[in-house]
Amino acid sequence: MTARPEALPTQEMTINMGPQHPSTHGVLRVILTTDGEVVTRAVPDIGYLHRALPDIGYLHRALEKIGERVTYAQFMPFTDRLDYLAAMNCNCAWAWAVEKLAKIEVPERAEFLRVIVCELNRISSHLIAFGSYTADMGAFTPFLYAIRERERVNDLFEMICGNRLTYNYARIGGVSGDAPPGFLEKTKEFLDYFEPKIDEYNNLISYNKIFVHRLANVAVVPAAEAVAYGLTGPNLRGSGVSFDLRKDEPYSVYPKFDFKVCVGTGERGTLGDCFDRYMVRINEMRESVKIVRQALAMIPEGPVLAKVPRVFKPPVGEVYVRTECPRGETGIYAISDGSTNAFRLKIRTGSFVTMNIFEKITKGLMIADIVAVIGSFDIILPEIDR
Amino acid sequence: MEALTLSLVKAVPALGAAPLWAVSLLLMVASGVVVLVFALTFEGVGSLVLRKVAGDIQARIGPNRVGPNGILQFLADGVKLVLKEDIVPAKADALLFKLAPYLVFVGSFAAFVVVPFGVGLSAADLNIGIYYVMAVTSLVVIGVLLAGWASNNKWALLGGMRAAAQIVSYEIPVGMALIPAVLIAGSLSLQDIVRSQGGLFGLFGWNLFHNPFTFFSFFLYFTAAQAETNQTPFDLPEAESELVSGYNVEYSGIRFGLFFLAEFGDMFIVAALATACFLGGWNVPFIRAEALPGIWGSLLSLGVFLGKAFAMVLVMMWVRWTLPRLRVDQLMRMSWKYLVPLTFVNLLGVSLWLLVFDGKGIPELIASLAG
Repeated sequence: MTARPEALPTQEMTINMGPQHPSTHGVLRVILTTDGEVVTRAVPDIGYLHRALPDIGYLHRALEKIGERVTYAQFMPFTDRLDYLAAMNCNCAWAWAVEKLAKIEVPERAEFLRVIVCELNRISSHLIAFGSYTADMGAFTPFLYAIRERERVNDLFEMICGNRLTYNYARIGGVSGDAPPGFLEKTKEFLDYFEPKIDEYNNLISYNKIFVHRLANVAVVPAAEAVAYGLTGPNLRGSGVSFDLRKDEPYSVYPKFDFKVCVGTGERGTLGDCFDRYMVRINEMRESVKIVRQALAMIPEGPVLAKVPRVFKPPVGEVYVRTECPRGETGIYAISDGSTNAFRLKIRTGSFVTMNIFEKITKGLMIADIVAVIGSFDIILPEIDR
Repeated sequence: MEALTLSLVKAVPALGAAPLWAVSLLLMVASGVVVLVFALTFEGVGSLVLRKVAGDIQARIGPNRVGPNGILQFLADGVKLVLKEDIVPAKADALLFKLAPYLVFVGSFAAFVVVPFGVGLSAADLNIGIYYVMAVTSLVVIGVLLAGWASNNKWALLGGMRAAAQIVSYEIPVGMALIPAVLIAGSLSLQDIVRSQGGLFGLFGWNLFHNPFTFFSFFLYFTAAQAETNQTPFDLPEAESELVSGYNVEYSGIRFGLFFLAEFGDMFIVAALATACFLGGWNVPFIRAEALPGIWGSLLSLGVFLGKAFAMVLVMMWVRWTLPRLRVDQLMRMSWKYLVPLTFVNLLGVSLWLLVFDGKGIPELIASLAG
């Protein structure tokens, strides 16, 4: 596309895609240099000092610094905002990290409840990924279908923790409360309702010819490159790399469950293209349903919160805990100096790392493809600009 | 026109005192107003229906507050659009910026003039009807391009450029796909084309079933026409999720409203042309509407024509809420590599068919074999 006869010199144009743009999934700013419709360069401007530039990110809230200023328990509500579409997963990531640091034993029922809400949250997060992606591609209807299903997950979460967006359920040492009566049954009802819907999505849009043509062979990330650039989660698995922390570095009660790691297969184009990343998410929803079903069947009775003092002092040391969030690895690195709050805190998120490869793979694509790439990476800006 | 004027003078003796040209002028203005009222009503109601259809398809409710079942919603929208602040960006080319929506609206509205709504019911039965429609709807592209250029906004510019490329490209398959109907009728007048599809075969008298090539032609036309009117999956000039809103991004209030109305007008024109050229127009199967006494023939044919056209509009809305959007290079490829050659081949096929079978369609051939 980029080749053009020298006799026809064209003028390049710089356009800001975002931060106010319907398809930048939050407040991402991408500086596009285009030759007509062809993008010669797309630089994501993700703010703060991450790129050693003096402009502050549009969302930047210095979450890590806050984490060093408040006690371990007090930081829990901030993790909700780390990835607002997967607050449960971020909650649990923080809890698992602090528990490992402070060597706190968690009751098994609490771990089961955590896995149930984490997987439900993965479903609802992937639903938004699926829905907003189709909306990016110009099909608005599937988006509303996804929202319809997500509402039911929200109902479940409202039941268990009272919130519908920034869920705050995990606690250091367990969860805030046992599942209310009827919750487990309602969850099963939801799974029965939801599972056939995945086929409906595939019939409606996944294998639609136009949709496939928009995604297949676009922005191919080869496996080696995906690993080299530190991609994780569905973006890595989309390139055919079977790496899932729930399997490869098991934590919590995940080893008890039987599920498959979904990877891209290049079924409609090249391995590692936008379609593969999209399909990994669709398939992962099915696997999450499987996990929740098993968890519901196996959940033991018992307490859901260990006896942990409100303010506690973990021993001096450091910890790095990596968990499989819907957008890839969410890793918490914390250093304890023996006081009530972390001495240093660093959070590693999937979306932020994904942006590394953005500029490289968008060269020579068209403007519409940029939208496809952003959507296929399923980035969320609070994770990038924390 | 002259005959119509004379009959009007005959029917209303009071007009006899006025010169003939004045009566003609009066008639022209009157029919223009009637068509304008119809166009505006359709465009308003169309926007309501679009949202109702969207509601049904997307498992939500749609407008249901203003008036019973929300049917007055479009009036409320209209009032809102008129009252909203009219913004012209400081660095826009103000004159062209203001001119653009009118061009688009005129381009869309002018095509209503030749729509054969029923027996003898069209504002003007031009003997170059189809040619005229193709010509005036081209104004839309100038308006959209102007809007994109004059907005002094890069997204709008991209939208305008896309629109120009798209509409110009798809005009060729649209025109080529309509020619079979012209060949069969031997006339460019839409009324003549409709009349050529009457006869004793009912549904099978329609051009759609005339021969295999016309059947195919209909789908080629409908696909290309979707693109020419910027309907999903070809809504690239607007492309909300790519170009923010494309050529109309800087427009507010009623200026935006004019683009919006024109879009619905275009949808109707496309549906009306499909109806007139392929679906028998105002012909009612097995009934000769022309032979009915008095006003009944016109009324019946009007109802049938609108019914068919609205059904086509509904199909367009259904497609709109189902399919994703093509990419700009895929769009161009589809036009130049597939639709244009196919319509030419199709045209050749129709011509050969007419030559070989002496202008007879499949139903007539079967009838002559049986008889």
